[in-house]
Parts: sequence; structure tokens; C-alpha cells
Amino acid sequence: MNIYINGTGCISPQETAQGGPLLAAPREYEQVRLATVDPDYKQWIDVKQIRRMSRVVKMGVAAANLSLEAAGITAPDAIITGTAYGCLDDTGVFLTKMVNQQEEMLTPTAFIQSTHNTVGGQIALLLGCNGYNNTFVHRGFSFENALLDAIMILKEGSAQHILAGGLDEITNHSHQLLSRFGLYKKEPVKTMELLKSPSRGTIAGEGAAFFSLGITKQPGTVAELSGVSTLYKPLWEGEVIGHIMKFLEDNNCTPADIDLLVTGRNGDIDHDEIYEEIAAALFPEHAEASFKHLCGEYPTAAAFGVWMANGIIAEQQVPEAAVFFGKAPEKINKVLIYNHHQGTHHSLVLLTAC
Amino acid sequence: MADLKAQIIEQLNLQEVAPESIGDDQPLFTKEGLGLDSIDALELIVLLQQHYNIRIANPEEGPKIFHSVRTMAVYITENQTVKA
Amino acid sequence: MSEKVWIAGGGVISGIGLDVPACIQSFRDMQPGMAAMQYLPSVHRNTFPVAEVKADNATLADMARLPENISRTALLSMIAAREAWQSSGLGDISQYRVGFVSGNTVGGMDKTEDFFADYLANPRGGRLHQLVHHECGSITELVADQLGIRHHVSTISTACSSGANALMYGSRLIRNNIVDVVIAGGTDALTRFTLNGFNTLMILDQQPCRPFDDTRTGLNLGEGAGYVVLVSDSLAARLQPWCRFSGFANANDAYHQTASSPDGTGNYLAMKGALDMSGLQPQQIGYINLHGTGTQNNDVSEGIAINRLFAPHFPAMSSTKSFTGHTLGASGGIEAVFAALSVKEGIIYPNARFEHQMKELPFAPATGFSVGHDLQHVMSNSFGFGGNCSSLVFSKSY
Repeated sequence: MNIYINGTGCISPQETAQGGPLLAAPREYEQVRLATVDPDYKQWIDVKQIRRMSRVVKMGVAAANLSLEAAGITAPDAIITGTAYGCLDDTGVFLTKMVNQQEEMLTPTAFIQSTHNTVGGQIALLLGCNGYNNTFVHRGFSFENALLDAIMILKEGSAQHILAGGLDEITNHSHQLLSRFGLYKKEPVKTMELLKSPSRGTIAGEGAAFFSLGITKQPGTVAELSGVSTLYKPLWEGEVIGHIMKFLEDNNCTPADIDLLVTGRNGDIDHDEIYEEIAAALFPEHAEASFKHLCGEYPTAAAFGVWMANGIIAEQQVPEAAVFFGKAPEKINKVLIYNHHQGTHHSLVLLTAC
Repeated sequence: MADLKAQIIEQLNLQEVAPESIGDDQPLFTKEGLGLDSIDALELIVLLQQHYNIRIANPEEGPKIFHSVRTMAVYITENQTVKA
Repeated sequence: MSEKVWIAGGGVISGIGLDVPACIQSFRDMQPGMAAMQYLPSVHRNTFPVAEVKADNATLADMARLPENISRTALLSMIAAREAWQSSGLGDISQYRVGFVSGNTVGGMDKTEDFFADYLANPRGGRLHQLVHHECGSITELVADQLGIRHHVSTISTACSSGANALMYGSRLIRNNIVDVVIAGGTDALTRFTLNGFNTLMILDQQPCRPFDDTRTGLNLGEGAGYVVLVSDSLAARLQPWCRFSGFANANDAYHQTASSPDGTGNYLAMKGALDMSGLQPQQIGYINLHGTGTQNNDVSEGIAINRLFAPHFPAMSSTKSFTGHTLGASGGIEAVFAALSVKEGIIYPNARFEHQMKELPFAPATGFSVGHDLQHVMSNSFGFGGNCSSLVFSKSY
């Protein structure tokens, strides 16, 4: 049984919410914190509901709707969401009031909007979807777990169309705090030069990408979701190499069959080393594309990478803005997305043109 | 009541609603009215406490008190205690 | 693909006991765990009874063999997960492909909320150490790392149904041959964030709660952790499994963010789906561990859904939350252990403080503790905010 990506939707620091050629007019930044380019969310959300929604919920609803529209589906059978940070804005608001008001006269809206499953719950509410609904909140695997859950449910025949996605937001508080952990560049770097910057740290990003997955191909479908795999805290690069080899083997292919490698390089000189090692060991001549200079780094950034890879298969070429190395072949059939978050959470997604 | 309408709009983040467009007797919680829900009722309970120092212990009283801006205003006048 | 999934063991730490035997004893002795707040500092400490785990962090850290300054959520999780593993008879964890799937709603919020006060006063204030394990997933990893689990580690957060959904995902991982064993369930520690959050919804009872009673006035929060050990067919053959994990379903109410639909649509769909998956008729269920929080809304919605599905053959049922309080992310896991034991030992749990049958319902919960019933199939319900409704079915081992 094949799993098809029948539609995608993406809200990001690029102009990804509208149609048109993939990343044709890339937004370049020179800052350490990227923010999404927000469409008019009222297109999908009624004014009465939008008043309560934080940005991350709106992003999720928009990306979900875009992917359903692209797939020609109005009612998915299941909704599976991945978010590591959840609804940070409302969490911050509630915490702040709780501290400042000494636990008195607090308001319910911020609390109920702060729970991690708010995005998935709101999507279900707006679509009137009574089907399976789950939310994964496991750091750099949140998105991949959502995809895996969707694959398992589709394969067992419990659903025909599943909406699965990954998203995370940045807030002033979260950026302030994550910066204190030393995650980001000390000085702003031009995003188009990020991946060659010889220093520690990356840039912060945010966004939402949703996928309408199904067991039957739709007219607009270009790719199959052939496989997903995660690797937790590998002990050394040999383990990563072995894991990739086994993943390809399980999916009946070898490195030679991969037409394009998409990597989650993020400009942090230490964390990007593993990508160098993997490319050298397994894909020395392969064309490579990258995406975190376009969307920034966050736990569910791989969702943007997969969205982009699907777009590349659709257009059968890599947009200039995403090229990292080499030239992709004429026919782009198999694309391997390899990403890691903070060196501890490695993931692989394989897409095959169909 | 004009003040109350402004406070309601702010508390409930009714971004696109102008105070003048809320009728004094317009039902707040019906679809034909302002379409507020149970979470809004809880928010209004906090509003009463914050601005008028009135504590409603039982959320079941909500529908009666919050029926319209006028019923709210009447309730406030009858129950408002002076802030210490 | 392994078709059947079995329960090989379970572990619980809650307001009524530091391990499974202690919890069962509390049911036997009719000793619920609600009391005045002892461990969590809060201005509401004398207003709302809660069912805290009766141990401070130093004691829990000793039991967990983890550092004392680690989030209470992780300490509770570690203790219950280890008890679950040890009860399974599987031995050395490194011999197997093991997954750890844990649900929680608060993550390390118990530490974050302390940090936040310092941070708000000064953006460079507060000790980062308190923030490092804020994320829900980070709590799961503290325990996975300590147990030596690497094959698959995941965290689910769907409010009060988190733990139940963890069992579903874990079951699928086994059936898809990704792992052979999964420790699945949930954990949550009591925090000011949660306490105050629930207070804004005005659903906390200032007295010990009375689930499924006509005069009920809200829920009591609890805390704890509960995990089952799920194993594949081939492994179960070598062990003495407690029971089979025979069916489950997850449905969404899609009615309102926090309130359940008056006719309990999501609840009904979840229970019906679980029955369908296990191939059972409603009358084959011998006992239901209710979600039964004690709120006006949940109990009537759940009750109406049960009426719709089970009439006229109502099984025995009760809410163990009348003893443990509502343990949120842990509840699906804790109650899965109770339900699995129910099948294994023929236990029907008591529903404390029940006096008045709900006028909407033609049935009432069990009020006493009894064992030795021939319970072939037991159901456990977990219904959460966001309309997330989950139902699990456990069946005798054969």
C-alpha cells in the first residue's frame, strides 16, 4: 500500500501561503529571529473564533486548510499534529498573569489556549471532524511521530485521508529564553550566507506545514511518502550512517537511487558537521538542497523541509534559493530529507515521485 | 452602559465590534445576538470581579446576569461593593 | 505484523499509594487521597482539596534514583515506569527493542513557574537549570535515558486523554514491528499553572469530589503516573501477561474547546469504536472505569453516551478519580493499569462519596470494593479538553 501526499500547506518566513513557483522570490533576512509571513487568516477562520486564537493556532489552521484545499478534501478522517513547544504565547500570558496577580482574577482563555492540543482541537472544531485526533509533543520528533502515526493508521485501513503536520512558534519570551541557552548566532548573519557561516549558533525560525495523506492518488499528487524514521541520541556518526543505510534498504533502495538530498543544515558549525560526514560517506556526488536558511531552526522545521521537497518533485527542479551543492538530475524521482535537531534527534523522510 | 460595552469588548477581544453596535437589550449569548459562549461567560465573571469587585461564586448564575448589557448593568448597580 | 498486543505489567504512583499494591489497598480500605494541599505552595492551598502524592521531592528523588532538583513530573514518571518494567518479568531491558511513550500536560512546568517569577522581575534572572526540562518531551527523555530506552521515545499531549493515546500509539508501534515492547502511559505533577487554570474554568470542587452524583460540584485535581508494559504476541508467550489489550478508539467531540457535547458524541464514538475494534457487543463489558471527573458537564455527557451505547445491559462502573483525583495526563495510564488489574483479579473499584443517582441516568456506580468477579472485558474512558475522547478495552488472556 502506498501513502500519497495529496496536498500540502505551509506558513513560514517565506511567502509559502500562496501558490506560484516554489520559492521564486525568496525572502532574505539579516536577523537572528525570523517571523512567519502571515496571510489574512480570516480567509479560513470566522471573526468570532479568531479573536481567541494565538498565532500558532492560526498558522496551524491555515496550513491545514491549504493542504486540504490542495487535496480536494473537506473532511479528513483523522488529524494528527506535532508541536514541541505548543502554544507558547498563551502559556506566557497565563504564567505572567499568575505571577503578577498572585494567582487571583485569572482568565480562562489564555489557559485553555495554552494546552498543546489546542491546534489539533481547533482544526477539528472548525472542520467538524469527529475522527481520530492526536498531538505529539516530543521535541525534534514531534512532526515525524505525527507522520508515523498517520502512516500506521492508513496502513491498517482505519482511515483513508489523514491530515498530519508540524508547527512551532516563537514568542518574545521564548526567544529571550532560548537565546540564553546559547542556541543562536551572536550577531545577525545574512540568511543566504547562514550555511557557510563559520561560527556556533543558528537562527530561530517558526512555521506550520500540513500534509493531506491518503491511500489513493489524487490528480494533483506528485509524491509518495515512502518512509519515515527517527534516531534518538546516536552515539557517533557511524550509527547515523548505519541507520541511513538500513532505512534505504528497508525502502528497497540504495544511496545511488537517491536523486536529491535535502538536509537540515542550520549554520551552526558544530551541528552541521554531521551533514558533511553523511554527505561524504554516502552521497559524495549527490546534489544537495537545504532549507533552514529559509525557515530558521525550530524542532518541527523538518515539516518545512518535507513541504519543500514535495514542491521540488512537483517542479522537477531545485529552486535556486534552496541549492546547497551540485546540480540535481533531469528526473528527480527519489528525495531523501535528512534532518537533526540539536544533534540528539535525527530523522529521515523519503519521498518518491509518482 | 457605554463603559460596560467597551470593557466587554476588551475582555473578550471582540476586535471587529464597535461598542455602539451592541444593543442595550441585545441577547449576548444567542447566535442571533453576540454569539458568546461558556468561556466568555467565565471571562465576564472575571470582568465583574476586576472592575466592580463583585464575586460570582456559582457560574450557573451566569446566564441570568449576562443575558444582556442592561441586565449586567442592573446586577452591577445592585451588587457593587466599594473597592477597598 | 504482530496482531495481538498484551499487557505484561503495570506501575502506578498516585495520591492513594506509592505503588500498585498500596493503591489497591487504599481502595480496599476505602481511603481516598483528597486532602488539603501539602506540597504545592499556592494561595489556594486551603480552598481546594487535592490528591497529591504523599511524598516530597526529596523522597521521590530517592525512590526514583534521580537528582532532587529534577521536575516532579519526571520523578513520578520514573517511579511508575520502573515499577511497570519490574512487574513484567522481562528482565534486562537491553535485550529488547523497547519504546517509551508517555503522555503529560504540564511537562516541567513545576520548575518553570518558579523560574518565571524571577525572570519577569529581570529578563536575565532565574536559573536556566529550572527551565532546561520545561518541554513535555524533555520529561519523557529524562526517564527514557535513565531506563536505557533508545529505540523509540515519544510524548503525547492531548489533555486528559494523553495517557490513553500513548497506549494506542504504543500498540501500533508493536503491531508494525518497530519495537517489541512499549512502556506506555502518562504522568503529571500538580502545578500552580494547572490549579489556577482549572480554577478559572470554575470546575474545581471545594469539597472532596462526588463523581456521577446528582449533586456533584466539580473535580479535585490529583497527580501521579501510571504505565503499562505492552508486549507483542511472541513475547507474551514467554510471560504471564495480565491481559490482552484488545481494543481502543480515539474520536473527537468537535463541539467546544473545553465543554463536552450534551449528548456525548465524542464519548460515544470512542466507546463504540473501541468495542468494534475488540469485536465485542456492549453487554460483554463487565466493568467500565469511568472518566468520571465529577464536573457537571463531563459526568452527564459520559453518562448519556453510556446510556446510548449500553442500555439495557449496564455493566458495573465507577470513577477511581473519586480516590485519586483527576491526574490529567497521567489518568489514562493510571486507569489503564487499574482496568488491566480489573480483568486479571476480577476487581470492581468503588466510586467514593456517591449518594444520589443522577436524574438523567438509569444507572448508578458501584460504591464498594470487590474482587473475584469474572470480568472478561473491561473498558476505560478518558475524555479531555480539545474534544479528545479515548476509550480502551482490556480482555482476559486467551
